Amino acid sequence: MLDKKTLTHLERLEAESIHILREVVSEAEKPVMLYSVGKDSAVMLHLARKAFYPSPPPFPLLHVDTTWKFRAMYDLRDRMARESGMELLVYQNPEAKDRGINPFDHGPLHTDMWKTEGLKQALNLYGFDAAFGGARRDEEKSRAKERIFSFRTASHGWDPKNQRPELWNLYNARKNKGESIRVFPISNWTELDIWQYIHLNDVPIVPLYFADKRPTVERDGMLLMVDDDRFPLQPGEEPVMRSIRFRTLGCYPLTGAVESQAKTLPEVIQETLLTTTSERQGRAIDKDAGGAGMEKKKQEGYF
Amino acid sequence: MTDTVAEPIYQTDALIAQDIDAYLETHQHKTMLRFITCGSVDDGKSTLIGRLLYDSKMIFEDQLEALQSDSKKVGTQGAEIDFALLVDGLAAEREQGITIDVAYRFFNTEKRKFIVADTPGHEQYTRNMVTGASTADLAVILIDARKGVLTQTRRHSYLAHLIGIRNIVLAVNKMDLVGYDQATFDAIVEDYTAFAKSIGIAAFTAMPISGFKGDNITTLSPNTPWYQGPSLIEHLETVEVNSATDADKPFRMPVQWVNRPNLDFRGFSGLIATGSVRPGDSVRVLPSGKTSSVTRIVTLDGDLEEAVAGQSVTLCFADEIDCSRGDVIALADNPPQVADQFEATIVWMADEEMLPGRAYWLKIGTQTVTATIQQPKYQVNVNTMEHLAAKTLDLNAIGVANLSTDKQIVFEPYADNRTLGGFILIDKISNATVAAGMLHFSLRRAQNVHWQATDVSRDFHAQLKNQRPAVLWFTGLSGAGKSTIANLVEKKLARMNRHTFLLDGDNVRHGLNKDLGFTDADRVENIRRVGEVAKLMTDAGLIVITAFISPFRSERDMVRQMMQPGEFFEVHIDTPLAEAEARDVKGLYKKARAGELKNFTGIDSPYEPPHDPEMRIDTTAMTADEAAEAIVARLIP
Repeated sequence: MLDKKTLTHLERLEAESIHILREVVSEAEKPVMLYSVGKDSAVMLHLARKAFYPSPPPFPLLHVDTTWKFRAMYDLRDRMARESGMELLVYQNPEAKDRGINPFDHGPLHTDMWKTEGLKQALNLYGFDAAFGGARRDEEKSRAKERIFSFRTASHGWDPKNQRPELWNLYNARKNKGESIRVFPISNWTELDIWQYIHLNDVPIVPLYFADKRPTVERDGMLLMVDDDRFPLQPGEEPVMRSIRFRTLGCYPLTGAVESQAKTLPEVIQETLLTTTSERQGRAIDKDAGGAGMEKKKQEGYF
Repeated sequence: MTDTVAEPIYQTDALIAQDIDAYLETHQHKTMLRFITCGSVDDGKSTLIGRLLYDSKMIFEDQLEALQSDSKKVGTQGAEIDFALLVDGLAAEREQGITIDVAYRFFNTEKRKFIVADTPGHEQYTRNMVTGASTADLAVILIDARKGVLTQTRRHSYLAHLIGIRNIVLAVNKMDLVGYDQATFDAIVEDYTAFAKSIGIAAFTAMPISGFKGDNITTLSPNTPWYQGPSLIEHLETVEVNSATDADKPFRMPVQWVNRPNLDFRGFSGLIATGSVRPGDSVRVLPSGKTSSVTRIVTLDGDLEEAVAGQSVTLCFADEIDCSRGDVIALADNPPQVADQFEATIVWMADEEMLPGRAYWLKIGTQTVTATIQQPKYQVNVNTMEHLAAKTLDLNAIGVANLSTDKQIVFEPYADNRTLGGFILIDKISNATVAAGMLHFSLRRAQNVHWQATDVSRDFHAQLKNQRPAVLWFTGLSGAGKSTIANLVEKKLARMNRHTFLLDGDNVRHGLNKDLGFTDADRVENIRRVGEVAKLMTDAGLIVITAFISPFRSERDMVRQMMQPGEFFEVHIDTPLAEAEARDVKGLYKKARAGELKNFTGIDSPYEPPHDPEMRIDTTAMTADEAAEAIVARLIP
């Protein structure tokens, strides 16, 4: 057993995240938490509940919905909003809705319109000046250089060369007119930390992270789950029941599953540790524009 | 791949596979070490970090594949894997082949989790290194074995020491390129020892390594039998972290947020900076000095019996005392000091130079106040550590200066407490973080100079004169008509038996401000002094009229803040530049255009018009007399 005075790495990470959440609430005018219902969002929400307990977190949850998330995600989203006592705002880009933008027919436009545009529209509509996001620096190279308080221009662009220095745990939350801030309270967490924390704190997560028999088809080297009857089967395709789980959750037609038998959290962590591919590998979005795909997307206003 | 095969850091795959619960139990109790790596452009920083990630299995197959294909495309290591590419994130810098910002990397070993701040080695990026170092427990200073101790090595060591990093590792890299020669290593260590001593670094750990080949990174290398260890990883796993030493200091917690869900609960939330707290402890709230005792340490997981430095908690008190964001809760019989004048080290981080006398926001802990900095006592040459005379500080300059705040702040010297001694300065107009600073001590002046209460109050002065004091602050370009109109206004007020005084720009520069020139810094000081004089005159009950170009918004706002609410009238004498230049009453524009007059407002020095003045006078639409009439009517309706 360690000397009681030396905090463990998870205790230090938790304390840092809570500190960030409280700073934003104290200094921003109208904060919001972007809630994507994934495991990182789950941890971020849990940290917010800890930060402000016994008060409920003093900001709403915003789900920028694409209408193509897994059904199990919508279930957990509604449940967590109820349990946390927070207001849940769901935003769907009306133009994407009208044009019936979907991941099968529209490729990259799907992410662009529902997520990137949808997010900008939602932030403008409600006038939020600070938005919490669950991104981590270990996910991707351009994230590794992003500040915890990351400023966006009025058109939501990110200028990686013009970031404010962040010293100690002093955050400068002062904005110029029209600017807004993306704040990443779990910047310094790794994927393993997230799992470990979920395990230790019994943080509720979407059951899709655990293996179960689910209807799947294999397409372009990805294992996709047929979550509802909007999934257009190609000639000869027939859903096959496989024991699968997801390492990351997004729009179901864009999210690759892995075959797995891991039905408990320790088993999931075990698989994660022994695996040899990175987490975002299951997502199509990073590969769009070569090595600098995500950086480019962020400059355009993707979270 | 390489001829040295590094041992993997993890021997734990077997444990993970056989007994995940036991593995999780171990991982759960790991501590965390944050460190920075610093070195010159080609010292192999990114390669070393890439190596640490690779050896600790933080690189996955898909990333490795991408890395291999990138290495062939843009790599600098021929057919071999260029680990640096893994680390150098942003597209722009990948093209230039350099790291341009602070990047954070993560890996862990059986004993610890690590966060590495990768900071660049270029001269112009002092600010990035200071940023990365501010959260670090340890610094790895990289040296190219072929080059030895360079100017950059000295600079990085000085900065690491300045920011208070006690654990310094001197990693003599690229040992493979000098044939693992012990004499080369020893000579570098000897050289560095002398330098380290000279700047006050008491101890450091030196080791011969090769980030590229993997020597002495995880295990001791057979190529350096003369080196007894430890390996870099062994050392990183065992050094003491800052939070451990912080816990032994007296209790301090800056209040971030007051938690008040209903009338029955009132808690004070914050991150404990130093020390520990238990229910029943007597505490003092600063700056008010009120005392109470802690009744509960509240968390979602239940009340705690004790909380220590580094934890975020919510405290409840036995008494209803005032306590809000910015206050500091401290051990009752050993509280920190409160002061408003300090000596500090300042690291300037903005392209625009520091302006002594200008008001900046100063954020320290959860306190945000207005601060003004005096002319630096000296600037430090970060290459030679010499003290140089300086009038200001430029981007990446480090200096020592006195500063004063508009209210008392709770502080401790930075050497004792990073949270209550480290601050940032924020520009009030651009909102940019322009500097970082470290408080040394309070100036005794602040403790000994008290405000002298006088019996004849400012209200009484004003009543005697039967008027309300005010400042009519005229601003506008040279030749706009400020002095002319100001003079007319004063004549009209005098006829109405008002007691006035006109402070004119040119006249003040003959006496009070004759030591000041026309640089940005001097213009700021000019206005500050005039503001203070005007303030004293309003205390005496006068109506003060000032006619100064006063080109910068922040100084006009600073003067506005000095005055009593409702007593400051900003009057913008708005004459277009072309018009003022055409009039050119004093012939100054002509000289400025000819290059005989430097820093002339409107020509080669900016004028920032007021956004929201009390009055705007368009001199192209009315005569000077009409303007004066309008101003008097506004002042005395």
